[in-house]
Amino acid sequence: MTIDWGWFPDHRSTLVTLTLDHLSTAVPAVLFGLLIALPLAVIAHRVRPLRGLLLGLSNILFTIPSIAIFVLLLPVTGLTRTTAITGLTIYTLVVLLRNTVEGLDSVPTKVREASTAMGARPLRTLLTVELPLAFPVIMAGVRVATVMAISLVSVASYIGYGGLGQLFTDGFQRNYPTPVVAGVILSLVLALVADAVLVTIQWLCTPWLRRRA
Amino acid sequence: MLELLQNLLRWLTSGSQWSGPDGIATRLLEHLQYSLLATLVAAAIALPVGLLIGHTGRGAFLAINLSGFGRALPTVGLVTLVFLASGLSMWPVYVSLVALAVPVIVTNTYAGMAAVDPEVRDAARGQGMRWYQVLFQVELPLALPLIMTGLRLACVQVVATATIAAYVSFGGLGRYVFDGLAQRDLVQVLGGAVLVAVLAIALDLALAGVQRLLFRNRPPRAHAH
Repeated sequence: MTIDWGWFPDHRSTLVTLTLDHLSTAVPAVLFGLLIALPLAVIAHRVRPLRGLLLGLSNILFTIPSIAIFVLLLPVTGLTRTTAITGLTIYTLVVLLRNTVEGLDSVPTKVREASTAMGARPLRTLLTVELPLAFPVIMAGVRVATVMAISLVSVASYIGYGGLGQLFTDGFQRNYPTPVVAGVILSLVLALVADAVLVTIQWLCTPWLRRRA
Repeated sequence: MLELLQNLLRWLTSGSQWSGPDGIATRLLEHLQYSLLATLVAAAIALPVGLLIGHTGRGAFLAINLSGFGRALPTVGLVTLVFLASGLSMWPVYVSLVALAVPVIVTNTYAGMAAVDPEVRDAARGQGMRWYQVLFQVELPLALPLIMTGLRLACVQVVATATIAAYVSFGGLGRYVFDGLAQRDLVQVLGGAVLVAVLAIALDLALAGVQRLLFRNRPPRAHAH
């Protein structure tokens, strides 16, 4: 297998476009996933009977092959980027929901009770006490979900919105490995850079954890 | 929607669909074979590595970052790449599935070993146990719940991803998904997806059963990433 390194600079603009495409599918997926997972996690955390149901349902969604999810969404959302984003949102949801519930569970009962005793309503306790304390565990979920979403975008290339995944299809059809290598490397780099950005955000947002370390 | 579900039910329950060389029974067995073999190979590689890192405390950085790297690796790209390198063989399927499962098992094994109370380990050493006795009689039993969680998670991911075998023209339940996609036959895609999900859930429950048999008197622990 020979790789034509000269191909890379020749296709710089294509690579940039595909990378941006890739991000514009993965990033909204994680954001939407978070938007849906947070309220669901609060419900799962507070209403015990619903907890098993919500976590179980999200685990079942995780077992469906990603390619099938994209295809099954086609009749609803059509051959658009929405299909790719919706499919990935479903996947990020699993990780985000589980981690947010775990994060909320990790807040000591006494801390919650102290907040209530000081007169805070449940919503205020949630926003000012529970969520900040659960933040590191929630962020761990966001990191996993982001890295996973970036690697999964490629699967959407079967429906034409796979970002860097288009390079895989291209290389496969022409029996030409160079674009495939380019796609794998760029997808990996993108995931690792995104992860580093999230670690930095977490570090900036949790000054109280820094002093201890 | 209702019509689609009726068609799906008919597809899943028709006898002719289940028999023959392209039947569901054959595809199910193929899928099971790919998934189990890949998970076993991955476990054979990942368990010793995870146990060693956990026991010696060396290479923890590797164990933690390996999981991030493994998750970041695009499976479709890996399949395509190995396919272009090896030609029409089972290599692309097994390489990508094993690459998917190894990091999950290594990190969970390491996390399980790291969670063992150091005082318990010291007590075992203080009683004159050799390193392998500490590893197999003390650390391994205590780490087993998390190790099993890792194996279950890896198994579910492998089953869901083994669909890609059909992409490089092999069998398994992915056949229905890819053939259905090519023929714009939604019922077939849906049928394939349902079968994959059922298989993954069944294997997960089977492993959960094994886990319960192994640790009847220990409370379950949350899993690590």
